[in-house]
Amino acid sequence: MLRYNLSHLRELEAESVFVIREVAAQFEKPVLLFSGGKDSIVMLHMAVKAFQPAKLPFPLLHIDTGHNFPETIQYRDNLVNKIGARLLVGSVQDSINNGRAVEETGANASRNILQTVTLLDSLEEHGFDAAMGGGRRDEEKARAKERFFSHRDEFGQWDPKNQRPELWNLFNGKKNLGEHFRIFPLSNWTEMDVWQYILLEKIEIPSLYFSHERECVDRKGVLLAKSEYIKLQDGEKWKKMQIRFRTIGDMSCTGAALSNAATIEEIILEVAAARQTERGSRADDKRSETSMEDRKKEGYF
Amino acid sequence: MNRNNGNAYLDMELLRFTTAGSVDDGKSTLIGRLLYDSKSIFEDQYEAIKLTSERRGEEHVNLALLTDGLRAEREQGITIDVAYRYFATPKRKFIIADTPGHVQYTRNMVTGASTANLAIILIDARKGVIEQTKRHAFIASLLGIPHLVICINKMDLVDYDQKVFETIKKDFQGFASKLNIQDIQFIPISALHGDNVVEKSTKMSWYGGPCLMYLLETIHIGSDLNLVDCRFPVQYVIRPQSDEYHGYRGYGGRIAGGIFKPGDKVMVLPSGFTTTIKAIDGPEGPVKEAFAPMSVTMRLNDELDVSRGDMIVRENNKPQTCQDIDIMVCWMNPRKMNPNGKYAIKHTTKDARCIIRRVHYKIDVNTLHRIQNDFEVGMNDIARISIRTTQPFFIDKYQINRITGSVILIDEATHETLGAGMII
Repeated sequence: MLRYNLSHLRELEAESVFVIREVAAQFEKPVLLFSGGKDSIVMLHMAVKAFQPAKLPFPLLHIDTGHNFPETIQYRDNLVNKIGARLLVGSVQDSINNGRAVEETGANASRNILQTVTLLDSLEEHGFDAAMGGGRRDEEKARAKERFFSHRDEFGQWDPKNQRPELWNLFNGKKNLGEHFRIFPLSNWTEMDVWQYILLEKIEIPSLYFSHERECVDRKGVLLAKSEYIKLQDGEKWKKMQIRFRTIGDMSCTGAALSNAATIEEIILEVAAARQTERGSRADDKRSETSMEDRKKEGYF
Repeated sequence: MNRNNGNAYLDMELLRFTTAGSVDDGKSTLIGRLLYDSKSIFEDQYEAIKLTSERRGEEHVNLALLTDGLRAEREQGITIDVAYRYFATPKRKFIIADTPGHVQYTRNMVTGASTANLAIILIDARKGVIEQTKRHAFIASLLGIPHLVICINKMDLVDYDQKVFETIKKDFQGFASKLNIQDIQFIPISALHGDNVVEKSTKMSWYGGPCLMYLLETIHIGSDLNLVDCRFPVQYVIRPQSDEYHGYRGYGGRIAGGIFKPGDKVMVLPSGFTTTIKAIDGPEGPVKEAFAPMSVTMRLNDELDVSRGDMIVRENNKPQTCQDIDIMVCWMNPRKMNPNGKYAIKHTTKDARCIIRRVHYKIDVNTLHRIQNDFEVGMNDIARISIRTTQPFFIDKYQINRITGSVILIDEATHETLGAGMII
């Protein structure tokens, strides 16, 4: 009977495709949140598979902090063009300009938290009732309790202690007017699964994930790439380093890792040997032990 | 480092298991041990729990802290919901549904068990088989988990005594003969010290069986899915609005049972029309055969009216089509079930409404006795009920197929999931 076994990657893929199709079937106006990071790339790759040869039955939404790596934007535009998807952009800069959000100040200022405002506003503006995100349960301890179909009240808030039970593959997307759902098709994937799948499916990813030389500053163990958004503090200086990014987010808070990994195979070996979680280099998670839980309750990704 | 290295492991199997135990029998410690000894814990995670342990003045690094995710849980030292954990060895990738064991959390155990191939039940060697052990074993059996591993923990506190192990084993077997579980194994362990968890203990030479990790890596799960009864609930109809694919109709869905091949003669329910399969597209393109649990797109040779909620099956092996259904329901909401109530119901990809017709009995989950003088079904109760649905469902018994044999009941006003039902 061995030939009727799926490998772990194909089983995870089958589960994610099922979830994505369920979203298209159950909701009136779903959207796929696309950041240009590897998780949302894998999610989009499977979404395309789920509906081919038809086009995606939902648009993509990118929450643009205005502090993105130029490589991310270029990659995003090429990919969207290739698959013929519709891309919407929610701009944090616009939220700041119209007074919905206030720019953080100080040395470690970041627009990371402000994304929540722009995200919730964008969902409301377009009337989206389900937003698919690339979040994985292995990323962070608050995410470990997240459902595939995560209910949000009319304020976009998550109530972790009062979640709907989720059994078998029966996903309950019913809701009242004004409420919406966050959907996490990659819930059961680990960082390693994502990389192995990228290798298996030969998925193109942004160059930022591969080793390259870049000027960075070492701030309390987090290597931040040189950009107009990072101001040097006393005693700090830019140094050329051979680095790559394990996650891709806002330039103001995404840390790089010293690395020579130039191919997917080498990245996989590096991930296998890694002694730090990928979010270990995210300055935004280091603010407090429950910073992710707090942000998620407010409506973060 | 033996954490899942690279390319060689693109082709691992996936094992989903659930853990159940009572508050102090060391469940979190065992999971922490599996994660730690399989090197699935990262330095920054380890550093964080080490600091917390020191701050609390604990003697050992408290591995239990790894599994407590929410602020309230860390403050109160309890687990309040199902948490999912991941680890991998070179042989398999594992998904743990970690569920709390206290009595008020039956619903979480049911949730965690619904997708598991295997359940680990922990017994404190000093206490032996207690009510909670029986409850956990009953739920595992009710939810149709094919493999049960009984870990008799804290063997270090009973001097690694074989007699203690054998007595508990015999006790449990006596009770379990009333349950429907295909495969039960017993392992004496100490989660705190790592005996028989990832490596065989040197302190229990009388034990000839495998350690827990070896068992998890090798237990045969290939025959857990139903590959006999062909069931394809149609999930989504794919119709490209383009000239290139003019007239294309594909039926997207996840195979719930059996093996389908192009050329197979099939019947579409509820219409009863028959046709043959033209092609099946899998994730890598057209396939010669497709089986559970693959997500595929199926095309048929005749243009039929097929939509979401329909089911494609074999003409000579059909599910039962009916509106009067008996289920074992686990109630999951603080508001009690209304004995004549109307609820929304979901079965495979089908949505309908139903009315509760009759409560036959409740089950005392600690003794397995039927309660026939109290028909009030509240949070965490398990009861046998009869329902009538507004539309015919295409059902199998839960023990035959967990996907086509399960339903959920939903509140029509709040839309909360209220109950999980297993078709009898």
